[in-house]
Amino acid sequence: MAELIGIWVAALLTLCIFSFLYRDNPFYRFAEHLFVGVSVGYGIVLTIHQGLIPFAWDPLWEAFTEKQWEGLVRLIPIGIGALFFTRLVPTHGWLIRYPIAILIGVGSGLAIPNVMRADIFQQVHGTLAPFAQIHAGELGPFQIFGVVLMLIGVMSTLTYFFFSVEHRGVVGGVSKIGIVFLMIGFGSAFGNTVMGRVSLLIQRVDFLLADWLHLI
Amino acid sequence: MIEKLMNIDRRIVFILVALAVIIPSLLSVSFPITVSQPTRSAYDYIEALPPGSTLMIGFNYGPSSLAELHPMAKAVIHHCFQNKIRVIGMTLLAEGATLGDGMLSETAGEAGAVYGEDYVYLGFRPGATQVLLGMGTAIDSVFETDYAETPLAEIPMMADIKNYDQIDLVLDLASGSSTEWWIVYTNTRYNQQIAAGVTGVIVSQMYPYLQTKQLIGLMPGLLGAAEYEKLIGKPAKGTEGMSIQSFAHLLVVGLVILGNIAFFIQRRRAE
Repeated sequence: MAELIGIWVAALLTLCIFSFLYRDNPFYRFAEHLFVGVSVGYGIVLTIHQGLIPFAWDPLWEAFTEKQWEGLVRLIPIGIGALFFTRLVPTHGWLIRYPIAILIGVGSGLAIPNVMRADIFQQVHGTLAPFAQIHAGELGPFQIFGVVLMLIGVMSTLTYFFFSVEHRGVVGGVSKIGIVFLMIGFGSAFGNTVMGRVSLLIQRVDFLLADWLHLI
Repeated sequence: MIEKLMNIDRRIVFILVALAVIIPSLLSVSFPITVSQPTRSAYDYIEALPPGSTLMIGFNYGPSSLAELHPMAKAVIHHCFQNKIRVIGMTLLAEGATLGDGMLSETAGEAGAVYGEDYVYLGFRPGATQVLLGMGTAIDSVFETDYAETPLAEIPMMADIKNYDQIDLVLDLASGSSTEWWIVYTNTRYNQQIAAGVTGVIVSQMYPYLQTKQLIGLMPGLLGAAEYEKLIGKPAKGTEGMSIQSFAHLLVVGLVILGNIAFFIQRRRAE
């Protein structure tokens, strides 16, 4: 019975959302607000249960009840985190700078070297390394064509985004080739987005026809 | 005629798209699926793992991307259980917590896999960067308990799994930036092998990582699910969906061509 009610609620909410395709209406807005409310509520409860309780509450509770005093160390990050709430007290609002500074400092320190390696060094290496394979005679004609095409694509697209030189003459020509590569990239992204969105529609239609109406 | 075509009511397009999906769904049509190299690479890597290896799956998607990534998750988990590969599920997104739990339990039930021996579900912990880096040192420093709050020390499967050194492959099923986080913090820092299954919307951003082998395999949306189902010989929701998808794609391509023809005719007339 509970499953049947669930299917009917899901089906009616799906139809409420689809009704927006005709025009904006109260049924759509009801379903949208319900979705946002449930998502936020669910996120908060889960974060409390999977984050706050195991990492902050439990160690402190065990420190006092079971005399596991090392749990008191957690008071340091809890105290720093609690400074976020000083924003609510205008006279002490400046204290929020400390947790923000720590977050930005730690976040940047962790991210910058790893992002540089993953997104710049390895990508540059990946663009140029196949030329060593060409030199060693390891690649066939089609693979060589692909490697050269990729280098042209990278260089011309970077030229398009290089604004310190006026895009005229050779630079203008190369940047126009860059636009062609960009357009192919956008076309690929659009095609994949269509596939993704149609997949969502297919899943909902499948739910309505199979689970709700039992037509298939 | 051309003016009418250029000013067509968008709701007519919606009805056409709906019909292009509903009619093939009712008729149960099917088209052959050809497997692309990025999906085959992910399959080959998992296929080559010896029994007893460990795969970690990140269920980093919410209900809005379930249609594309759930069939993919099911196909890969089936493949793992079939080959006696142990599975650890987890998520970096709160929305993914129950989805991952449900998918692992459902597939384990079908495959006869046992919780704690063949698979474990760790659930969600907030702070993605800290979670990814922390697991590199000790998984139990981040997940002291599993999703059902059983201490990891009491789960037999986790006895010999301490950190990424004992994980043979991470498969990230993603609808957002999580694959980039795995690459930046786990592949780059800990040299962990990573494969990804992502939604169609973000798949284009992932190809550069495939070319540099920062990803060993990549499954694109529902197509990736259909391809993987073909590789393991278990056609399911992905295969069904891609056959229907072909009709919708034909319609979209037709409308794009028609719109362009009408646009150029109108521009020529204006000149």
